[in-house]
Amino acid sequence: MSLIKKRRWFQTFSFLAINAYIPSWFKGEIYQGSIKGTCVPVLNCYSCPSALGACPMGAIQNFFATSRFNISIAQYQFGLYVIGFLGAVGSLVGRMPCGWLCPFGFLQELMHKIKTKKFRIPKFLTYMKYVVLAAFVILLPLLIMDEYGFGQTWFCKWICPAGTLEAGLSLAAISPDIRGQLGFLFSWKVWILVLFFVWMIVSKRPFCRTTCPLGAVFALFNKVSLFQIATYEDKCTLCNKCWEDCPVDIKVYEGANSPECVRCLKCIDSCKFGAVDYEFIKKKQPKPSLQQN
Amino acid sequence: MKRRKLPLIIFVVFVVIMIAGLSLGEYAYVLEKAVTICLSCIGIG
Repeated sequence: MSLIKKRRWFQTFSFLAINAYIPSWFKGEIYQGSIKGTCVPVLNCYSCPSALGACPMGAIQNFFATSRFNISIAQYQFGLYVIGFLGAVGSLVGRMPCGWLCPFGFLQELMHKIKTKKFRIPKFLTYMKYVVLAAFVILLPLLIMDEYGFGQTWFCKWICPAGTLEAGLSLAAISPDIRGQLGFLFSWKVWILVLFFVWMIVSKRPFCRTTCPLGAVFALFNKVSLFQIATYEDKCTLCNKCWEDCPVDIKVYEGANSPECVRCLKCIDSCKFGAVDYEFIKKKQPKPSLQQN
Repeated sequence: MKRRKLPLIIFVVFVVIMIAGLSLGEYAYVLEKAVTICLSCIGIG
């Protein structure tokens, strides 16, 4: 079995490894060990009871919400650690963590297996994730301040369905104290989660493609990352098998390194003509196609 | 085989930015936030 066919195992292992501290579920609290300051390259809420690492989107919003020059008790750090981490991962592999490691992406792929009528997502909606990134992760936390002069984590608070699922519902289930405090905001977030649950059944990875700010950051690197998808025009028969199999609806022959590509590499496996391959650092020469052999 | 240089340069630049952040003590700040239950994430406040 090729590595590409083992992607489900990578996704399962990643989900379990990132959320490996099981004792928290029995204590009704979250893991608080010293490794939790380590960013993970996926949208995995750090308030999930068993999460071992920090969600980079949650972390960066906190930097933007609390970096203030004019307040003596504010902090003067600007999230260089998180920005550098995201840039380093993005420039290495682009959106590959979305396709191989992200638990919420994995969940969307599994839900899409439910047999029902399917709908394609219109292209214009894929630009929405950049608006979410710019507005909810950067501008609103920086610019809208409370009475003390600090901002909020707007994306986590008003949108993030991964947080609702991994942290909200989980902590509500295991902690009576938290259950007693739930109100309008929780209901709002649960409705957003329900909306995405329905959408992920009928469309391929809707959250990743339209809303995920982390996906938007990594998407910016897809065309310049060290890891690249290569297509060979002379071998492509336009059979559209790659499009059919792609978890994010890309016609690979039209844009192999599209910002939407999550680098799952399924297209390489799907193409029986050797028209798709990957490159890392160095440009490759195309392999002879199976048909020519 | 041709080696692509721009992505390598971008990668190195971001690694340097990350190290700069770590040297400013940002790991401790992320840790402080990550070990506290995020009320916004849960949908409380």
